[in-house]
Amino acid sequence: MSKQTITFLVFAVVVAITMYVTYVAAKRVRSVSDFYTAGGGVSGWQNGWAIAGDYLSAASFLGIAGLISLYGYDGFMYSVGWLVAYVTVLLLIAEPCRNIGRYTLSDILAYRNDPTKVRTVGAISTITVSTFYLTAQMVGAGVLVKTLIGISYETSVACVGVLMLLYVLFGGMVATTWVQIIKAVLLVTASIIIVLLVWTPYGFSLPAFLKDVVGDAKVQARVAALLGDSSKNMSASELGQRFLEPGLYFKAPIDQISLGMALVFGTAGLPHILMRFFTVPTAQQARKSVVWAMVVIGGFYVLTLFLGFGAAHHVGPAAIAAVDAGGNMAGPLLAQFIGGGPDSMLGNFMLAFVSAVAFATIVAVVSGLVLASASAMAHDLYVGVIRHGKSVTPQGQVTAARIATLIVGALAIGIGLAAKGQNVAALVGLAFAVAASANFPCVLLTLYWKRCNTGGIVTGMVVGTIAAVGLTLVSPNLTYPKAVKAAAHKVLDGEAARRAAVSAALGASDEKAASQAKKELAALDKNVAKAKDDIAKWGDTNTSFMGLQEPMTQLKNPGIISIPLGFLAVIFGSLLFRDKRAEDMWNEVYVRQNTGLLVAPPTSH
Amino acid sequence: MATSDAVDWDAITRDPRFQSLHKRKSAFLWGLMAVSVIYYFLLPIGAAYFQDLFKIRVWGVVNVGLLFALSEFAVAWIVAWIYSRKASRDFDQLAAQICAECTHTPPLQAAAGGLP
Repeated sequence: MSKQTITFLVFAVVVAITMYVTYVAAKRVRSVSDFYTAGGGVSGWQNGWAIAGDYLSAASFLGIAGLISLYGYDGFMYSVGWLVAYVTVLLLIAEPCRNIGRYTLSDILAYRNDPTKVRTVGAISTITVSTFYLTAQMVGAGVLVKTLIGISYETSVACVGVLMLLYVLFGGMVATTWVQIIKAVLLVTASIIIVLLVWTPYGFSLPAFLKDVVGDAKVQARVAALLGDSSKNMSASELGQRFLEPGLYFKAPIDQISLGMALVFGTAGLPHILMRFFTVPTAQQARKSVVWAMVVIGGFYVLTLFLGFGAAHHVGPAAIAAVDAGGNMAGPLLAQFIGGGPDSMLGNFMLAFVSAVAFATIVAVVSGLVLASASAMAHDLYVGVIRHGKSVTPQGQVTAARIATLIVGALAIGIGLAAKGQNVAALVGLAFAVAASANFPCVLLTLYWKRCNTGGIVTGMVVGTIAAVGLTLVSPNLTYPKAVKAAAHKVLDGEAARRAAVSAALGASDEKAASQAKKELAALDKNVAKAKDDIAKWGDTNTSFMGLQEPMTQLKNPGIISIPLGFLAVIFGSLLFRDKRAEDMWNEVYVRQNTGLLVAPPTSH
Repeated sequence: MATSDAVDWDAITRDPRFQSLHKRKSAFLWGLMAVSVIYYFLLPIGAAYFQDLFKIRVWGVVNVGLLFALSEFAVAWIVAWIYSRKASRDFDQLAAQICAECTHTPPLQAAAGGLP
């Protein structure tokens, strides 16, 4: 069987399973609560797996394994924050949300506040966060599917978009939940199989496995390349050991702490994650679902330790970076190697299987995001704000939800196509930063602080969002043409001298030195070509998209500034615009969130 | 769904059992939260400012930093376990008692229908 046939068959099976689930689910989606929250009838463990499926995006599945394979320890350290985030969700957010809300994040905010104002800002924030996240997923999908199975970027984006629309449009939350569960199970299964194959030869000993990794010449060469001149006096074993030590990826500690804050507090403000807690019937089940999610997500990240280091050892960081500079192909390439390499049938089956899982991963995450945006648009903006909650029949609400899904889905495909070639790595970080700086302070304070009111929520949402987005726009994440051109000119200026030095070495009688010189010459040619490209590309442009010559802040992630600002804004806004009604309703909110009194029972089927 | 008027919320907040639930739960939750957040941020801080400590090899090539990162997973899981045990043994019972007395419709208990 050819490689294409194997890939096609594996993809067809995965898509067919999810389509069948959607077909079954579609028959069950009748009411608006079925569409948004699967009628509140999802059980704790099901929801836990679905949360894992909603959360483990391609960025974490492919990205973290890739970071570990290229940068060692720092990549693994990066994964920790994604799990610790769920402690915040478990302790502070999940159960109160279940007890207070119904379909959307704004339901929680609107409980004791002016529904029109709060729903408007809540919906805008939900759509903003989801759009940043969605754009990153769509562009990632286009690039990945293109690399994985060789179809064009546009076709990949369209395929992901159409599949996601089919699931959400017909199956609503019921189908989305099951697609997420299936994806999470597939992802964990695939990872366990690969890790078993990688780890068994070492008798499941961690030091024995890592000893081979640090003893690998490919890994040592990678560390030497990362450290540059400072590695000259290091022995091979010191270079290898350095791979297990911090500092190869994260250079500025403050960035790391800032990113950590955005992860740990942002997850609790992600609308598509919060929405999952409305699908379970009780606070107890919400709690159970977070615990399940923590087991699945944490277990998966521990596995990435082996996926990443295994890929570094077997495939080699240079080979991984050659296929994709961000390391995203580390997992799939490791799977291919473990199965017997590129020429074996099993190797190609494993590659196809992992690629199909990556595809399912993206579709599942995108479905959750689209559902969250559509619910904000239909439930909050249309039903809540435009129609004031009156005179919309249950059937009309379902129709509104489906129309909103179509709009959001079409937008997602459009944005995905328009953002082709853009650097979207910072967008997921930005989504977390806005969620942590705007949504999280608002949700937390309306649940736990008596004086929180409409003024505070509106101020907090606006200030938090503007601070997070604004700081990102002036951060080093954007391209600064002046710096790019200066670097390019430096390369060109030094070209002649460097060429002369390398050419001299080229004639050396020592064969090793000559071949080394040859490589350096090729690298020099490549750098010169890139420098010329950069200068031509930017022409007379000297400023970034924001009109700045250089970044105003060195912070790559705004969290450490924008999160405290968000909290302060909610507090000041609340104290400035006192609202007696919000304080009078505090007892009700507090009793409800603690006891779950009067929570709507799940719809029976 | 019953209307919120059916329940005297203020009366419940005056109920000593609710006050005790509130007090115990708050102390427990925020305490656990503080421990988790501090323990988490020790990792990036240690990796940035205490690299010599993180580099010490303790188990073959495995160093302190790697074990510390792995311990983060263990601590997150232990926090989740401690909280859910305490909540299901303690807080849920208290909440159920309070609910049972102030309304004829007690809160739904754990049995979820599940998807077919």
